[in-house]
Amino acid sequence: MPAEAASLDNPARKSNEERLIRRIRNGEQELFYELIRPYERRVYATAFAITRNETDAEDVAQEALLKAFKHLDQFRSEARFSTWLIQITVNEARMRKRKERSSMVEPIEDHQDDEGNYTPRDFADWREIPSETLERKEIRQKLTEALSELGEKYREVFVLRDMQQLSIEQTAKMLNISTAAVKTRLLRARLMLRDLLAPGFGGGWSSQLSFAKGNKPW
Amino acid sequence: MVVSCEEVWREISNYLEGDIEPGLRAAVDEHLRECKHCTAVMDGTRNVVELYADERMIEVPVGFDQRLRQRLEASMPRSRPTSYGWMVAAAAALLVVGSFEVANSSSFAGNDLRSEHAQPGNRVPANLQVVVTDGRVFHVPECTAIHHKELERTMVAGEAVREGYVPCTRCLKKYLTNVAASRRLTPDVLFAGTKVDGQARAAAQ
Repeated sequence: MPAEAASLDNPARKSNEERLIRRIRNGEQELFYELIRPYERRVYATAFAITRNETDAEDVAQEALLKAFKHLDQFRSEARFSTWLIQITVNEARMRKRKERSSMVEPIEDHQDDEGNYTPRDFADWREIPSETLERKEIRQKLTEALSELGEKYREVFVLRDMQQLSIEQTAKMLNISTAAVKTRLLRARLMLRDLLAPGFGGGWSSQLSFAKGNKPW
Repeated sequence: MVVSCEEVWREISNYLEGDIEPGLRAAVDEHLRECKHCTAVMDGTRNVVELYADERMIEVPVGFDQRLRQRLEASMPRSRPTSYGWMVAAAAALLVVGSFEVANSSSFAGNDLRSEHAQPGNRVPANLQVVVTDGRVFHVPECTAIHHKELERTMVAGEAVREGYVPCTRCLKKYLTNVAASRRLTPDVLFAGTKVDGQARAAAQ
């Protein structure tokens, strides 16, 4: 689990959040910024993963945080605040997508099927990727593009489980699907992403990447 | 147990999550040792999971935070003082009231911690008979400035001072001035710790 996700589980943070929430409910609304600051990026990332569009993602993220502010009295402390925020964001982003679809002549369908086994297409040897890779904007861009190519139902599951670090059960609950469906879609999302990225990481980007196969600096 | 490539691909997610029973895990490991393709798929999938889990993957557009604040501020109720504001105001009011209370409290007025010269009316003879009513001032019985005479209580000056009463600036000033005159003492000495106006001082002199 990445450092950020781990720190978000911190009991001290939870207790501080509870205190902030009480004060905001009692009228200190300006403290809301402090409450949401650690989660703004995650809210935006969730919105972006579903909408696949920066403008829509920002609008969805703002709308979701605004709703969180307006409905803060409905938040129950037994839940995690971050999970509650992500849930609102998922709902908001899905609503936005539904509106978009209803205005189109033909609905967009996810052509990939949950059923049946997925066969990997590319067997390029990718091996280990140093985390410094992500310092490079073009690599982050490639990863974002690959994610955008997934069908919505795979993207949603992948983002909640692998990027937001929710559990399989939390992901299922948030998307209102079974845990079996989460597992199936997650496997497919991971394999599809690997297929999309393998040609690059396995050789296609070797002229750009000093760590590519056969030329590892470590 | 021997597993096929298809079975390995089916189990990759569970394998990476650690959600796989030991027998099957051993069979997958055995298969990976022999199968280059499946090893590539397993390694690549592990990389996918690790790369996307990195927080650097999450980038927000420039100015995102500022625009968010603007939108939230536009939607928050305005001009309503927050309870924080009220709390500050209430605390300030309490401080002011508290200051008066402290200044007038018997614990301070009769506080033995204060220097002798700072005690109000410390020159008033402790056994002088005085009267008090509902205020914070004690008087000589014939003072014309006594209000609420129906509440009048008689006691000695020492007791009145201990209870936090301060000497009346009219009658007791006059009393002490007369005593001073008779003893050739100045009112400044007599009224140590009490307020003496210029007229009274002049009268005393």
